[in-house]
Amino acid sequence: MDREREQTAQSFGEEVVKVVRFRVQRFRPEEGKAYVQEFQVPVYRGMTVLDGLHYVRDNLDSTLAYRFSCRMGVCGSCGMFINGFPRLACQTQILELGSDTVDVRPMPNYPVVKDLVPDLGPLFEKHRTVRPYVIRDPRELEQPTGEFLQKPEELEEFLQFTYCIKCGLCLTACPTVATDPQYLGPQALAQAYRYCKDTRDAGMDERLKVAAGTEGPWRCHLAGACSEACPKGVDPALGIQLLKRLALLRRWRLKKPHRPAPLAGERTGVSRRPGIPEPPPPTVESEGSASS
Amino acid sequence: MREATLWTLHLAAGIVILVLLAVHMGIMHLEDILAAMGTGYPDPLSWTSVVVRSKKLLFTVAYVLLLGTALYHGLYGLRNILLELNPGRVAARVIQWLVLALGISLFVLGTVAAIVAYVR
Amino acid sequence: MNRARTGRLGILGWAYAGRFGVERYAYLLHRITGLGILAYFLLHVFVTSSRALGQGAWESVMGFLNKPVFRFGEFLVYVAFAYHALNGVRLILGELGFTLGRPGRPVYPYPVAHRRQRPLFLALMILSAALIVAGGWDFFVLGH
Repeated sequence: MDREREQTAQSFGEEVVKVVRFRVQRFRPEEGKAYVQEFQVPVYRGMTVLDGLHYVRDNLDSTLAYRFSCRMGVCGSCGMFINGFPRLACQTQILELGSDTVDVRPMPNYPVVKDLVPDLGPLFEKHRTVRPYVIRDPRELEQPTGEFLQKPEELEEFLQFTYCIKCGLCLTACPTVATDPQYLGPQALAQAYRYCKDTRDAGMDERLKVAAGTEGPWRCHLAGACSEACPKGVDPALGIQLLKRLALLRRWRLKKPHRPAPLAGERTGVSRRPGIPEPPPPTVESEGSASS
Repeated sequence: MREATLWTLHLAAGIVILVLLAVHMGIMHLEDILAAMGTGYPDPLSWTSVVVRSKKLLFTVAYVLLLGTALYHGLYGLRNILLELNPGRVAARVIQWLVLALGISLFVLGTVAAIVAYVR
Repeated sequence: MNRARTGRLGILGWAYAGRFGVERYAYLLHRITGLGILAYFLLHVFVTSSRALGQGAWESVMGFLNKPVFRFGEFLVYVAFAYHALNGVRLILGELGFTLGRPGRPVYPYPVAHRRQRPLFLALMILSAALIVAGGWDFFVLGH
């Protein structure tokens, strides 16, 4: 048995440092009851919890269900509750946890589909309701004639919040989400602020109708846990407080909505360098050619 | 934006309470320390000191102001906590009306008592 | 509400959803002290309104309340107020975005805005502890 483990680890080209006990929560909807299963996993340097789950699935129990995609902290699929903290399994190294047991459970505050797979439906639903896109004259958005001009310092005002990967870990950390399913939550509210602050956007008041309603930022009490849990440094708690401030200033008419960013004019005095091909034709049909 | 209005009032009430309740707590509970420093009323709960305070217009106005802001601040907080428990649509409405009724009736009671004690 | 179906932590999730910074527990304590003060305050309005009924009513109520149990309860309310008020100052400043700084670039190690107000939090908590000690001295040493 030990030899077998060593061989597997060696197939990663690394030496086994120690053997760690994985305590994995299992759940099958048809059985309806969650239980904990233990696995012995050999660990090499740099091995992540996600690698450990791969090892379990490949060698010990092929029925283990978990969600992952990119393995590098970009897609936001592998959010889990690991050793008492919400983390991305692909960004958490087992040796960094500094423990001989690794406790892996599905993210709290979401329905569980199976084993470690949460249903992120509520997250996306809330995200959709705050209208996370630039609201502007639809003709220019669908048939663009140029770029919107935005200064670098205007970008810096909201750049941090654009790094959200919608992994949903912040909703796991939030105390209000634990009881209130209507609360929009840190993810959606930070995105609401991000689009309200975007100078290209002209729909601040329209968005605030939902984003600053009863289930908006007023349900946040600055526990700050969402920002600590965020694996991308988005800092949703900061976004929510700034949204509160913005909504307050708009409520009492102490701040005017920004003028939407102007369109860049036609370029003059430049020509295409020889040998550079023309761009492909637009994929969106123009109004004249649209059928029915 | 109704919630923004309510929340602004919650914050404003909090600031008013911070000042008034600090004075109130100082008079009521730090009386011996203040008396040792040569200020304040010793034995603030005796009937004579109650009458002395009740007869001052400044104290009466401050009482009513503190009563109103504290009721608003506290009951708005209670309403938030109850609504965060996800009581359901109908129950949420009932809670809000009950909290409002409780606040108004206690405000009337306290104000009447303050005015009676002032004019007597 | 079916816990297994929604996966929500419920009211225990207010207290614990992993090992987080001190602010998450300050939030919980703020809530508990707030509810405690409110419960006292609603009764307090009733009790003190008895002054409108004259000296007899007032003195009988105060005589009834002059017991060690109630004295200690009053001290607890004082402690709760000292915490709730000073933590509330931090919350007002933070929620209006004054003490959290500006959004930056998420460069590892990621900045967490609410850590920027920890010095303020610490200072206010020391102040509140000082007030509690002063109050305790007045309640239990000078008061008897």
